[in-house]
Amino acid sequence: MSSTILNLPDQSTATVPKRNYLTNENGLMSWLLTGDHKRIAILYLISITFFFFIGGALAGLIRLELLTPQSDLMASDTYNKIFTMHGVIMVFLFLVPSVPATLGNFMIPIMVGAKDLAFPKINLLSWYLYLVGGGMTLAAMITGGVDTGWTFTTPMSTHFSNTNVVTTGLAVFVAGFSSIFTGLNFIVTIHRMRAPGMTWFKLPLFCWSHYAASILMVLGTPVLAITLVLVVLERTIGIGVFDPTKGGDPILFQHLFWFYSHPAVYIMILPGMGVISEVISTFARKRVFGYTAVAFSSVAIAVFGFFVWAHHMFIMGVSNYAVLVFSLLTMLVAVPSAIKIFNWAFTLYKGSITFETPMLYAFGFMGLFTIGGLTGVFLGSAGTDIHLTETYFIVAHFHFVMVGGMLMAFLSGVHFWWPKMTGRMYPEKISQLAAVVTFIGFNFTFFPQFLVGMLGMPRRYAAYPQEFQVLNVFSTAGASILGVGYLLPIIYLLWSLKYGAIAGNNPWRATGLEWQIQSPPLTENFTTIPIVTQDVYDYEWLDAQKEHEVTHVG
Amino acid sequence: MSDSHAIAAAGEHEVHEEHPPYLRHHFVSMEQQTETTSFGMWLFLLTEIMFFGGLFTAYLIYRNWYYPAFVAGSHQLDIFWGSLNTLLLICSSFTMAMGVWSAETKRHKGLVWSLIGTLILGIGFLGIKTIEYTEKYEKHHIPGHNFDWKGFTNPTQEEIAKGDKPLAPDMAQKTEVYFSLYFAMTGMHALHMIIGIALLCGMLFKALRGGYMDGHIAFVENFGLYWHFVDIVWIFLFPLLYLISRHQ
Repeated sequence: MSSTILNLPDQSTATVPKRNYLTNENGLMSWLLTGDHKRIAILYLISITFFFFIGGALAGLIRLELLTPQSDLMASDTYNKIFTMHGVIMVFLFLVPSVPATLGNFMIPIMVGAKDLAFPKINLLSWYLYLVGGGMTLAAMITGGVDTGWTFTTPMSTHFSNTNVVTTGLAVFVAGFSSIFTGLNFIVTIHRMRAPGMTWFKLPLFCWSHYAASILMVLGTPVLAITLVLVVLERTIGIGVFDPTKGGDPILFQHLFWFYSHPAVYIMILPGMGVISEVISTFARKRVFGYTAVAFSSVAIAVFGFFVWAHHMFIMGVSNYAVLVFSLLTMLVAVPSAIKIFNWAFTLYKGSITFETPMLYAFGFMGLFTIGGLTGVFLGSAGTDIHLTETYFIVAHFHFVMVGGMLMAFLSGVHFWWPKMTGRMYPEKISQLAAVVTFIGFNFTFFPQFLVGMLGMPRRYAAYPQEFQVLNVFSTAGASILGVGYLLPIIYLLWSLKYGAIAGNNPWRATGLEWQIQSPPLTENFTTIPIVTQDVYDYEWLDAQKEHEVTHVG
Repeated sequence: MSDSHAIAAAGEHEVHEEHPPYLRHHFVSMEQQTETTSFGMWLFLLTEIMFFGGLFTAYLIYRNWYYPAFVAGSHQLDIFWGSLNTLLLICSSFTMAMGVWSAETKRHKGLVWSLIGTLILGIGFLGIKTIEYTEKYEKHHIPGHNFDWKGFTNPTQEEIAKGDKPLAPDMAQKTEVYFSLYFAMTGMHALHMIIGIALLCGMLFKALRGGYMDGHIAFVENFGLYWHFVDIVWIFLFPLLYLISRHQ
């Protein structure tokens, strides 16, 4: 790249600080019993990466099966189990905790100028609950799997499935509490732990979007919890809340399930949007355009997000009036999302843009999320939804938002804060290559799915008519490219732990408080609690600091 | 700037500053710590409201749909035990409030006796709940394979005298939905009581050894909030399940 903002210390003399949160204590127990939000973030990072690759392998199997029209690689039953486990693992064990539990956990206390999250023990408990949930999911998978789809739709899940619905349901229940505790911790931390001078409107947008996502976690997840409890009780004892033979209503299950699971997509995407705000601002060297609007749009997404759930159920027997109302409300969510996209675009306008890896991923996010969001409008419109729902169009839509949006944001954030978390730089050239490979592979995988979906190929079948094969071959070929795009980062990021260039405190010359302290940070983050006088994303303040040395922070 | 500065500052930090014994390292002051914990507890109670909210929603919808079945089901509940349980829980909330007050004012005996009182009342509640559940078991009113709805199609003379009307078979079957919700709601509530009693035992153990007398009573206060919350859930369950269909 011709221009870069990269600002590394002199490599011949620089060292990674001897005393930091990684070296503070040693031994396995110092990790397993830690209260340090940074260590817990690393534990989370390792465990969600593990589950991501399991979920990814399952996705690979799905794509392999769909290479040919017949169901030849596996029986249809097996295929059902494979896509169910792919969904359960990716949604509950990867996407929901991905950015909040790793980057959010690591950065939020530092960004608000605190020494830790409000409840360190609950934070650790949340990781253990995640592990228990993950372990139960794996156990359910190994001992026979589950075939209801990640949505546990009744009466399939309560009556007709002979698979491990109970174990998986309880696994999601437990993992849900890990998410509740993370959200609770964030809200309390942002409310009560801010450093002197850190007002609400000096908070980085990363904090705002996590705050909004946390509201959803805290209010939505318990509803999923009780719904799954009822499903489990229905399978074990035989109570009749969702059972139509006893007078229960399966549609009620759908209402309760989507009351959580629609906000859940905002739990997944909002933290990603926070990452994008930080990255766009840093690599365009400008304050985020319309900071207040972007901040409140996060909250607006969280609020609207609670009133759109029934758009998942247009063909499932809700009344026409409900369809009308929910269709309208769904359109409303597009407004705050568009506010974000436009404001990022305006932030880029006349900015000094450089193209480091986090920025490449952020551009990928903006493009793919916009496509994902606009196709969401098709699905939110009651008329077109009837044709498109339950086809590959919907699969492509949510993969554009979740993989193209959220995963790009996650990788963007991991690269952006990698120097802060480890003290070392990732190799720039190969990571830029990985970002481009991911983008190309992603489009090859999922764009054809819009087309087969429009043509009417239903989702969740192992076999399909001959005429869809060409597009499916494209998709499978794209998936293999995408796989390379995901394997590359894990290889070079691990490599960089030992051989990466020393990053110094602030390689990106970014303005957040986290960049004003050493990399990797001390266990207590700040030796003295900072007093915040500068505005958020104030690059002039930062340049002035460079002249007089940063003295009052860290 | 960078490393040398940070390391130098880190070295200086070795000196341990004076602070109150219960102040955790990441808080600036006791006041901030207390406020934070209490805020966290209120937020947790909010999640609990949403948790029970799912059940209450189901109750409202099905009550609307299957009104006669809900009336008939409700008549099967024993209003005496229900009222007694309500009384026990309200008293236990009072003793718990006394416990928090005793801890605030550093009255050791007061705290211990309040906690013992709360414990006994809580266990009493669960005991009565067991009696009620046993009765449902004997009458085959526990949903599942052995559920018997036929009794609702031809009530006994005694029941008719009390105002019960025979239900058509399709509506009589819907009493299973009522009892499903009854057991799900009171069961979840009882589970919360059991968790509460376990925590209460731990707290009592510590109080007996002279704990909570040094002003660090965040646990007692937050447990108090939890206990009152569980009480309030019952205050909603009791009228919805036992009372509002009493005279129909």
